[in-house]
Amino acid sequence: MTLVINGETVAVPDEVKTVGDLLAHFRLENKLCIVEVNVRIIQKHEYGTTALCDGDRVEIVHFVGGG
Amino acid sequence: MLKIGPYEFSSRLLLGTGKYPSLDVQKEAVEASGAEILTFAVRRMNIFSPEQPNFLEQLDLSKYKLLPNTAGAKTAEEAVRIARLAKASGLCDMIKVEVIGCDKTLLPDPIETLKAAEMLLEEGFIVLPYTSDDVVLAKRLEELGCHAIMPGASPIGSGQGIINPLNLSFIIEQANVPVIVDAGIGGPADAALAMELGADGVLLNTAVSGAADPVKMAKAMKLAVEAGRLGYEAGRIPKKRYASASSPMEGMSVV
Repeated sequence: MTLVINGETVAVPDEVKTVGDLLAHFRLENKLCIVEVNVRIIQKHEYGTTALCDGDRVEIVHFVGGG
Repeated sequence: MLKIGPYEFSSRLLLGTGKYPSLDVQKEAVEASGAEILTFAVRRMNIFSPEQPNFLEQLDLSKYKLLPNTAGAKTAEEAVRIARLAKASGLCDMIKVEVIGCDKTLLPDPIETLKAAEMLLEEGFIVLPYTSDDVVLAKRLEELGCHAIMPGASPIGSGQGIINPLNLSFIIEQANVPVIVDAGIGGPADAALAMELGADGVLLNTAVSGAADPVKMAKAMKLAVEAGRLGYEAGRIPKKRYASASSPMEGMSVV
């Protein structure tokens, strides 16, 4: 499956089916991050149940230094 | 105490977390500043290097309240989107509304700021808008229900200090919510002046992170904010045109 993650086209293995799988695939499951799929924010309790489809636009953001 | 919405803080210095020379220096500077509110920005994560150190992950979150900003937004809608992302972290419900209307001066867009504040208030955020030192806009933001007003002292990162103390004092006098002077502070004297004018707090970043010794400057800013606040509470003497002797005129010993 191919996703657009943070503006970049990324191929992910077939076993990645949900947002939870995607975070685990990139080893981000314990990172402090926020996920949006097709401009909809995914709450943490929805990670395991939010299915990903080919072509989905995923944003993974976090807090960085700023004023 | 500084009260913002439901929260209370003993420190009146709010510190930004951008552009420090290293994470270690940043940690020490945050500690030295005594700040209890730290600002952050929301940005895309580099998913291919999850091991990259992140300041927030090294922070004892029981000691600090996070104040994410909407920096990067140019419209109210963009600001609202960033604010929602920040809130979805589950770590914060305060938001610094920052909608820039001019790339060169980084001055805020007053119309989009107002719109964003209104939308975010409706969604239940604790809203702290960064504004210019416009007296009427500050009033309008307060009337909307904003929990604090954050007028800039001078352009972001410019270090020019308070370029319009008159406007700032007008904003402070009319406000019924905390006024936090945000942006443009250069040195401790600027921070102290803001507090002497009656501001409820000062938010700064570059003045500390860009100093030759950020840790020492963080401490200087802490003391300046405290000194300015004490001076404001103590009530300074009015300025007079001519001298007035401190020593008594009577009892002079003359030969």
